[in-house]
Amino acid sequence: MPWDRNQMAARAAQELEDGTYVNLGIGIPTLVSNYIPEGVDVTLQSENGMLGMGPFPTEDEIDADLINAGKQTITELDRTSYFNSADSFAMIRGGHIALSILGAMEVSETGDLANWMIPGRLVKGMGGAMDLVAGVKRVVIIMDHTNKAGETKLLKACTLPLTGKAVVDRVISNLGVFDIAEGGLKVVELADGVTMDEVREKTDATLVE
Amino acid sequence: MAQKNYSDANSALEGLLFDGMTIAAGGFGLCGIPENLIAAIRDSGVKDLTVYSNNAGVDEFGLGVLLQTKQVKKMVSSYVGENAEFMRQYLSGELELEFNPQGTLAERMRAGGAGIPGFYTKTGVGTLVAEGKEEKDFDGETYIMERGIVADLAIVKAWKSDEHGNLLYRKTARNFNPLAATCGKVTVAEVEEIVPLGSLNPDNIHTPSIYVQRFVQGEHEKRIEQRTIREA
Repeated sequence: MPWDRNQMAARAAQELEDGTYVNLGIGIPTLVSNYIPEGVDVTLQSENGMLGMGPFPTEDEIDADLINAGKQTITELDRTSYFNSADSFAMIRGGHIALSILGAMEVSETGDLANWMIPGRLVKGMGGAMDLVAGVKRVVIIMDHTNKAGETKLLKACTLPLTGKAVVDRVISNLGVFDIAEGGLKVVELADGVTMDEVREKTDATLVE
Repeated sequence: MAQKNYSDANSALEGLLFDGMTIAAGGFGLCGIPENLIAAIRDSGVKDLTVYSNNAGVDEFGLGVLLQTKQVKKMVSSYVGENAEFMRQYLSGELELEFNPQGTLAERMRAGGAGIPGFYTKTGVGTLVAEGKEEKDFDGETYIMERGIVADLAIVKAWKSDEHGNLLYRKTARNFNPLAATCGKVTVAEVEEIVPLGSLNPDNIHTPSIYVQRFVQGEHEKRIEQRTIREA
């Protein structure tokens, strides 16, 4: 069975290393914080200007001045610090964040990422994604292996406008875990019950052993 | 001491607005936006504005109100996804849009305010953002040049100001506000509370008063975009 959203998030949480600073993107990546392994202490950055992001507030704790990069209300922790947007992106561009987990529309076999725009249809903007992929040490993508039309999102070359060139290190899809490697995508593991035949059928990118 | 404290948002902007001007605005989503100054700009009828702001508000609130009245000619933003009217005007060609990566926009404001006309960044290399921009290699990596922003006017929202215009922001409502404050030829701040001189700790001032030419106290609705809660 392919992984569902929560299983993908749980698998992505295995990427977290103790004592690091991490940025989680909007959507499925946000769910990763629900699965941080026991004994692993990470500090979450929110690029609108916060280190040490806490859980959603209770009704009584809601504060309009305290939101994450997805504009959701959140809470602070004992370790929290706040800063302005230039300081926030200095952390990101300066290579101080260890890991960024993001969603994607397309990923190429050379690690190109497209996740911000569909020309003429969807014009929302890149937000902080271009900064994150350019500056963060390790970039992990969580996404479904195929789009709503059933077409693969793992391509030889991206067709949509890029967020960054050769920036992705690893892709966690509903079918498995794939690394950007010499010559193409290296299969790291498959979801339980998913076969290589299914992966081959649903992947345009070159697969390497 | 020069009088910086104005009684209302309209008078705080008096003499500063003109058609075709550039405005830098603080705020992230609807968090920490200068609600009262935006409303005063709408009421003034000034038009053909170029606005530097991370987001464009929502249809009925924030900078969205200036889009509804078609006072904005061009937006420079990183993300405009919450605004249907924006999308409609952009896709129909009524509104110009320049997407800047969020960190690039923040750094452009910081640089402009610091007298730095341009800087190099890796962000956007190999993407649409790099088109038409100078590229330069440093230590084997390619960077693109981005320009500093100096705006005719900056509008910001702070939590507290003392009577001299030293500003303090609250939690994530800080965001772009301190940067916008530095890059305006004139900066007007709206605050929740004006406190007496000497009551703010000088070690904790976020925006020193030199960046603030005018300020005004206002009421703030502080609308929430995504009300997410957990069970108590």
